[in-house]
Amino acid sequence: MNEFDFEGYTCPVPLRPNETVILGHGSGGTLSRDLLRRLFLPELGKAAPRALDDSAVVEIDGQRFALTTDSHVVSPLFFPGGDIGRLAICGTVNDLAMVGAKPIALTCGFVLEEGLPFETLQRVAASMQAAAQEAGVYIAAGDTKVVQKGGADQLFINTSGIGKIADGVNISGANAKEGDVVIVSGTIGDHGIAVLSAREDLGFETMLESDVAPLNHLVEAMLAAGEVHVLRDPTRGGLATSLVEISEQSNVTIEIEEQTLPFKPAVKAACEMLGFDPLWIANEGKLVAFVKESDAEKVLDAMKKTKYGGGAAMIGKVMGVRKSQVRLKTAIGGTRLVDMLPGEMLPRIC
Amino acid sequence: MKYLDEYRNPGKVKTLLREIASITTRNWVIMEICGGQTHAFLHHGLDAMLPPQIELVHGPGCPVCVTPLEQIDKAIAIASRPDVIFTSYGDMLRVPGSTKDLFSVRAGGGDVHVVYSPLEAVQTAEGNPDKQVVFFAIGFETTAPANAMAVLQARNKHIKNFSVLVSHVRVPPAMEAILGSKSNRVQGFLAAGHVCAVMGFHEYPPIAEKYHVPIVVTGFEPIDLLNGMVSAVKQLEAGRAEAENQYQRAVKFEGNESAQRTIRSVFESVDRKWRGIGIIPQSGWGLNPDFAEFDAENRFDVGNIFTQESPLCIAGEILQGLKRPLQCAAFGRQCTQQTPLGAPMVSAEGACAAYYKYHRDVVYE
Repeated sequence: MNEFDFEGYTCPVPLRPNETVILGHGSGGTLSRDLLRRLFLPELGKAAPRALDDSAVVEIDGQRFALTTDSHVVSPLFFPGGDIGRLAICGTVNDLAMVGAKPIALTCGFVLEEGLPFETLQRVAASMQAAAQEAGVYIAAGDTKVVQKGGADQLFINTSGIGKIADGVNISGANAKEGDVVIVSGTIGDHGIAVLSAREDLGFETMLESDVAPLNHLVEAMLAAGEVHVLRDPTRGGLATSLVEISEQSNVTIEIEEQTLPFKPAVKAACEMLGFDPLWIANEGKLVAFVKESDAEKVLDAMKKTKYGGGAAMIGKVMGVRKSQVRLKTAIGGTRLVDMLPGEMLPRIC
Repeated sequence: MKYLDEYRNPGKVKTLLREIASITTRNWVIMEICGGQTHAFLHHGLDAMLPPQIELVHGPGCPVCVTPLEQIDKAIAIASRPDVIFTSYGDMLRVPGSTKDLFSVRAGGGDVHVVYSPLEAVQTAEGNPDKQVVFFAIGFETTAPANAMAVLQARNKHIKNFSVLVSHVRVPPAMEAILGSKSNRVQGFLAAGHVCAVMGFHEYPPIAEKYHVPIVVTGFEPIDLLNGMVSAVKQLEAGRAEAENQYQRAVKFEGNESAQRTIRSVFESVDRKWRGIGIIPQSGWGLNPDFAEFDAENRFDVGNIFTQESPLCIAGEILQGLKRPLQCAAFGRQCTQQTPLGAPMVSAEGACAAYYKYHRDVVYE
């Protein structure tokens, strides 16, 4: 081959910022955060630090209440280990629990697509009631709208919830402190891979089940056992996104160890195959907690005695560096950054 | 995971790192061709564990990064048509064309599907006879056999509403282009194991000899990468330049001859433009004339799309290993994963994306 001259070859023009909403804006990662910070917060009210927590905290006559709302648009509606109804109840119960509140009551709004079978709706309603009963909350009000065929994908559910925060409980993503031990309540990524397998019919030999579950009783046990500073359920965007958010809210460096991260082998294998980072995969029945160092063992023991904390593990700590960053010590002894999910997760080409 | 864990054994990693340190006496510039290998180095934190004399540079082996702008603009034009279902591997949807990406086309009402295999696209065509179904056939030798198979299957099933927008590239001509460039700094190659699993490595000994450069076929796990590095450094230190196979569990000298036959039955060698680099002679595959009816560029009127690259980013230099992502002034500032200036920042296998994800702290410290 003749000598090849690369001089003068450069690469592409910048892509203009999106002028329309794309799916990645709902991924729970960086695009979702940008939408919130650039569009909603300036329009809908002054950003408060708590606006980035899972629930808002409102004070009424000296008593503190947690308030939250969430919409659920999962496909398929029924997946191994759960369904959209259980997801809707657990998601809102967990958002309340993640600020240390005891959930009291929920509301639910349904958007139904013309043609949805009654049988589907009945199954979802029964599942919601069962999940509410398990969490010990009641559904206090509801609303139903029907849209034309094609106006929605079968069924969307919005749930809102209110909970009571006990005196002395102060939990926020902004409260991580040097020395805090980072604990997760069990294996990571089960829900995301279970739903993906069901949706895309990937044909994995191992049937993975979603972990969707109400975590309020687990949180009660944790708060009784020791000093908890931060709680978060790493749903969309996965554990990585939650940790990066907490590091930014608290302005701390968090270091986690790859070898201590609990993954089901099937989740790890699916991620290897598809080129996904398991730290970006959604969970619906797991939490991450930042616990005062001297209380960490007690809190871990208490978690392990509960129904949904049996697989709890310490995965890292907050370092003595005032810099918002999450670092991972790799299994082979290296170190790298952990990043937020940038947008929609995409399977790799080869 | 047992099949992977043994190639991530921390004890073996330390032993191999010690061996590399003990045999390295001079500075060496070694390029891993494949974006998957770049990500593996950074994902495991291996890059920082190598001796400082070894400069790791990152090659053009990211199929998303090197797909030229006009092919993406053609994809966008086709995908925007109301009569088309456009199918693609997921990575391509976020890559910027001149004005938008395929995600934006979908948000605007275009029927854009992510598929995990091109055969899914053929099924989609079967199930939607009133639509034109187009598959974006990009990638190196790894994706070519399945993409060729999809075209063969469409012909065998007499499916008339299926076509492919082809932008396939080949590794060996790119290696020769880099080595033949007057600005070349690369002294040794870690060759892409999965490409060689398909094509073998019989094309490499003449390149190693002609340019006097060791080429070591290497896998993607830490032990694979370090074994490849040991071989490359040993050769460099001894003044040898041979093609060696450190990925014997997956790669044979002759490769997968059945897959190669499938490729050659559908594709022929063509000149191909690489994004950020330019036209490299005989560096791609295009549909051979027997399969012209399946060529989306013939079926849709996109022959008049020409684009001009902007000189705003140094992706071309990154892709040739002339510069590293952290040497780019825009890295992590104007150029992020949310506002990419170039494809290497967009793709899951891009070198800039790897540094952004795993090492952008270096910029700010």
